[in-house]
Amino acid sequence: MQASVKAEQIDLDEPPPTGNERAVKRPESSSDHFLVIEPGRRQLQEDLNELLHYRDLLYFLVRRDISIRYKQTLLGVAWAVLQPFMTMVVFSVFLGRFAGVPSDGIPYPVFAYLGLLPWTYFSGSVSRCSASLVGHSNLLGKVYFPRIIIPLSATLSALIDFAIAGVVLVGIMAWYGVAPAASSILFLPLTALTAFLAFGVGMWLAALNVQYRDIQHATPFLMQIWMFATPIVYPNSIVPANYRFVFQLNPMAGIIAAYRDSALGNPVDWPALGIALIVGLVVMSLGVWQFRRMDRYFADIV
Amino acid sequence: MTAPIINVRDLSKLYRLGGPSRPNRDLRDAFNDLLRVPLKRLRSLRAEPTTDDETFWALKDISFEVARGEVLGVIGKNGAGKSTLLKILSRITAPTEGRIELRGRVASLLEVGTGFHADLTGRENIYLNGTFLGMRKREIDNKFDEILAFAEIERFIDTPVKRYSSGMYVRLAFAVAAHLEPEILLIDEVLAVGDAEFQKKCLGKLDDIAQHGRTVLFVSHNLAAVQKLCNKGLLLRDGKIVSHGSVGETVKEYLHKPDQRSEGCRFSTDTRRGSGWALITDARILDETGRAVSSLPCDRDLTFELTVQTMDSSAQSTLRGLVLELIFFSDDGRPVLSLMNVDDAAAPFPSADACLVRMRLAAPTFVPGRYRLKLFLGIPFLQHVDEIEDALEFEILPPEEPWRPYELYQSRGIVCRKADWACEAQSRAVSHG
Repeated sequence: MQASVKAEQIDLDEPPPTGNERAVKRPESSSDHFLVIEPGRRQLQEDLNELLHYRDLLYFLVRRDISIRYKQTLLGVAWAVLQPFMTMVVFSVFLGRFAGVPSDGIPYPVFAYLGLLPWTYFSGSVSRCSASLVGHSNLLGKVYFPRIIIPLSATLSALIDFAIAGVVLVGIMAWYGVAPAASSILFLPLTALTAFLAFGVGMWLAALNVQYRDIQHATPFLMQIWMFATPIVYPNSIVPANYRFVFQLNPMAGIIAAYRDSALGNPVDWPALGIALIVGLVVMSLGVWQFRRMDRYFADIV
Repeated sequence: MTAPIINVRDLSKLYRLGGPSRPNRDLRDAFNDLLRVPLKRLRSLRAEPTTDDETFWALKDISFEVARGEVLGVIGKNGAGKSTLLKILSRITAPTEGRIELRGRVASLLEVGTGFHADLTGRENIYLNGTFLGMRKREIDNKFDEILAFAEIERFIDTPVKRYSSGMYVRLAFAVAAHLEPEILLIDEVLAVGDAEFQKKCLGKLDDIAQHGRTVLFVSHNLAAVQKLCNKGLLLRDGKIVSHGSVGETVKEYLHKPDQRSEGCRFSTDTRRGSGWALITDARILDETGRAVSSLPCDRDLTFELTVQTMDSSAQSTLRGLVLELIFFSDDGRPVLSLMNVDDAAAPFPSADACLVRMRLAAPTFVPGRYRLKLFLGIPFLQHVDEIEDALEFEILPPEEPWRPYELYQSRGIVCRKADWACEAQSRAVSHG
């Protein structure tokens, strides 16, 4: 705190050397590159510019993650499908059949898979994201790059699994004779929202995990509890009305319901989605805040 | 007068030992802190920060400038703050106090092959590594063929790098780094990896970079390389600047005013084998004044002091009949010298259960460089009593009083000797065809 105050004072006391104002304003031009290193946090604008400069790194990291994920596995890409599919089978047998959980009038497997598909993406993305920085600890100490790229690439590369598992959804719906509605196109913005939320949560956990490794033990547990607090394997309708409001504060509740409604052509619950968006923005702001509070010191504490 | 390309003002870096604030922090502590921290913050705003035993200043009030085109060698002992300075300049970590202004595109090279992934092909790794170092994809596209040619791996470009030989791997990694075109290049001791051949290639490339007017900041233990490449030197000791000037002066300063607090090198027994009924319990290197050291110029005598004792409690066991061998390895793993206490019946062990062994190696000792000492106690071919790999690691520095007018001692030969020369004048034998 004190240090950054001191640094600002230096700024005020010393007028910038002549001829440099131009350089400060045009950092992209290579001969005029001008960079100031000081303690404390940097301007958000600087961080964003730099992220832009390193966008190719993001691209290659995502490519790397995708191309190595299923190397040296027997089943390969099938793993992307197997996870939501087998979970769907298990829940269909135990909840759908034995326990007779209602499914809003559509076959339970379709109902469950429609929830599990985005959920698997969300939880996988959060887990990968939260472990990502610690997993790259050797890099953090060896080279500078915007640290945010690491969790960001984890979130983005998980999308490929989502897409593959999405193809299977079409198969399952066809098998049960459920036609996807035209409103399925909403999957795209919904997925963007899910990724946004996953990134916010994951980034926050990733930063904390650098300092407190408790996070990596807590994350699987957290995701499990979160899953049961979300209408994935049961419909929204079985939640008692007086709990409904608290229940809807879970952004994933509104998102999962919206996925299902848009696939089946039911009216989407926009207010619930609005809540999800607001909570998502809050979580993202918290995540960015936590991350930027720590990111310049990751190399020291990891 | 143009502004310096690197301007460092009052730079300090505080590290907390054993973790961010206390060792073994967990979430419970964090929750406790939720209550305590606001109070603590309030207190620290009022009072001067207390000097905490668990913190230390890796750098303290460092100020210096580097002019465009300068090649600055940063030297100093381990823990002097060299790496911290480099990490702050390359933005791997942030300073605690102070300000740095950099007027140019910066690239830092703290290891070769940053971000390489074994399962990816050479091509994929070039792009990944290049973008990690701050290059854009377009730049890499343009230099791709050049990089490939430099690395000499055209045939294997689409093979996963885990199938590469270690030489190919390092060549590829360095090739990418060598094609960075920053205005400011920060380099740690990346040259310490790889074989002698490769090191030479790296040094050559660095020289090349320096010739092209690029500004280079080079952190190294290799004084010969620093002297060869750099025109300016910066000597750090305990996080402070001791000397900043021409490279010759700085290196001289480093050699002539050794760190008074030097405690010699650490006796390492990490890789110990043998029956263990007798052990080498201590080993030190002393200079002529009897001070423990970890580095010494090659024109000063080296004394090794070793303590050997039996571990058997029975009174009968003595060291008599055992042989003590010291084997010196150069940095690239080559054994360069073996000495035994029974060489020429020099000093066999007496019938005692403990012994202090002192061995003096007269100057000139070794060619400047880093050496590792392996210790062996036993009877060769018959009995392994105690064997310690890398028991000591020490550095031989260039001579204090150079007897040769050339500065390159390291790259010529592996033996350090002075010889008796005679040049007698003779009348030239002219042959008429």
